[in-house]
Order: sequence, then C-alpha cells, then structure tokens
Amino acid sequence: MTIVQFVLLGAALFSIGLYGVLTRRNAVLVLASVEVMLAAVNVNLVAFDVYLGDASSAGQIMALFIIALAAAEVGIGIAIVLMIFRNRRSADVDELDVMRY
Amino acid sequence: MTVTFADWITETANWVFLLIAIPTLAGAVFVVTARNVVRAVLALVVTLAGTAALFMMLGAEFVGWTVVLVYIGAVIILFLMGIMITQAPLTRKTDLSQPMSMRAPAVLLSVILFGVIAWAVIVSFGAEAVPLPDEATSTASIGETLFTNWVIPFEAVSFVLLAALVGGISLARRDPVEEDVG
Repeated sequence: MTIVQFVLLGAALFSIGLYGVLTRRNAVLVLASVEVMLAAVNVNLVAFDVYLGDASSAGQIMALFIIALAAAEVGIGIAIVLMIFRNRRSADVDELDVMRY
Repeated sequence: MTVTFADWITETANWVFLLIAIPTLAGAVFVVTARNVVRAVLALVVTLAGTAALFMMLGAEFVGWTVVLVYIGAVIILFLMGIMITQAPLTRKTDLSQPMSMRAPAVLLSVILFGVIAWAVIVSFGAEAVPLPDEATSTASIGETLFTNWVIPFEAVSFVLLAALVGGISLARRDPVEEDVG
C-alpha cells in the first residue's frame, strides 16, 4: 500500500464534500456534506500517522478530537437549522437573505 | 521504497483497499447528488462505514470503532431527526440542489481542487509505501498518550462539548410561556 492512495481518496472525498456544500440548498444536506469533508480529513490524519509510525500516535488522537468536535458541530448546526425553520418555515439556505427586518 | 503499478495491483491489501474505497466514494457522491433527503443521509452511513473500515485496515482500531459509535450511531440519528422536523408538510417543495447553471462552476472548482491536491501529493510522495503495522494500535496505548501528552487539548475538547450541549439545548428549546409570573 502506498501513502498516495490514501491521500488521493481523502482528496476525492474532500472535493465531493466541497461540491455538496456549494450546491445543496437544504441546510441539513449542507451539514451532511461538511461531514463528508471531515471524514476526508480523518482519512488523511490516520494514514499519515501510520505512514510516519509516530510513537505517540498524534494523528489518531487528532482524528479523535475531530470526531468529537464534528459531533458538537452537528448538534449546534441542527439546533440552528431548527431555530431558523421555526421562524421562517423553511430550511432552504437561499431564503436566508434577510439580515434584519 | 517505491512501488510500480504492476506490484501495486498484485498486492492483496490493495484489492481490499479498492473494495472499501469504491463504495466510500460512491456513497459520498450519492450524499451530494441524491434527490431524496433520507437516502442522502443513509448514503452518508456507507461513506462513514467505509472510512471506519479503512481505519481498521490501517490498525487504528479505536478510531474506527469511535467513528462507528459516534458518527453512525449518534450523528446520523441527529441528521434524521433534523430532516424529520424540517420536512413538515408546511414546507414549500423546493429542489434540494441549486439549478444546473450554478452546479457547473461547482463541479469545475471541485475537479480543480482535486487535481491540485493530486498533483502536489504525487509530486512530493511518488509511490512511497505505507508500512502496514504488525499489530493494531492498542486502546491502552491511545488512552495512555491521551492522558499524558494530550491532557490539555482533551480537557479543552470536553469543555467545548459541554458548551455545545448547553448551546444546543438553549437554541432548540421553545421559550416557556410566561404566565405564572408573580
């Protein structure tokens, strides 16, 4: 196995996630695309951790931190989407163009 | 140590890699293109399970199982709850993605990004091999490192999680009707 195959998989996942963030209109699906990008980052971290053979396995621990922060991000994100949906009756990110009334 | 493509394709571990990587990428594509919201989120399960399988293949068992527990167990449920609440019949039926005229530049940007990363990685790493570990990274060693070298970041992350918990509750709850005042 080469390091390139893992990094290319990570790059492909990240690009696909970026496409999703740019083109999705439903706020929940934008968050799902962000999760794909975070998964790509985790693949890179763990692959480089094994590649470098780090004794303190810094890459794996960083991946664990990213998983924890992603869980927090989704929780807050869904709460905000819920709040917006309650006020605007829509989860469409294109309709959130009013900053004040 | 460099590897040629002929060597690469004859290695059994690389067939396993392809067997995991192709469904992972297919799931990711389905997440960003599916017309049905619930199916898009369920395709996210395939992608995350693929990454968890890759982690276990690389010997990172604890990270792999954490992905299964936290992402597939909890985050997907959160997504499904979010969909359940925001897809009420009151919602105006809109397309889930932008129109085609706005999708084309996004495809272009994604392909360029992938091309740049792929070029940079191939130029700098060539075909250097990853030494597959003889045995998996044990949970004991991960825990020991986490509580010796990484204590401060660990506590910071736990504080962030607490703050997110409080913030999520205070954002999502309905303000109580103030009628019993006085």
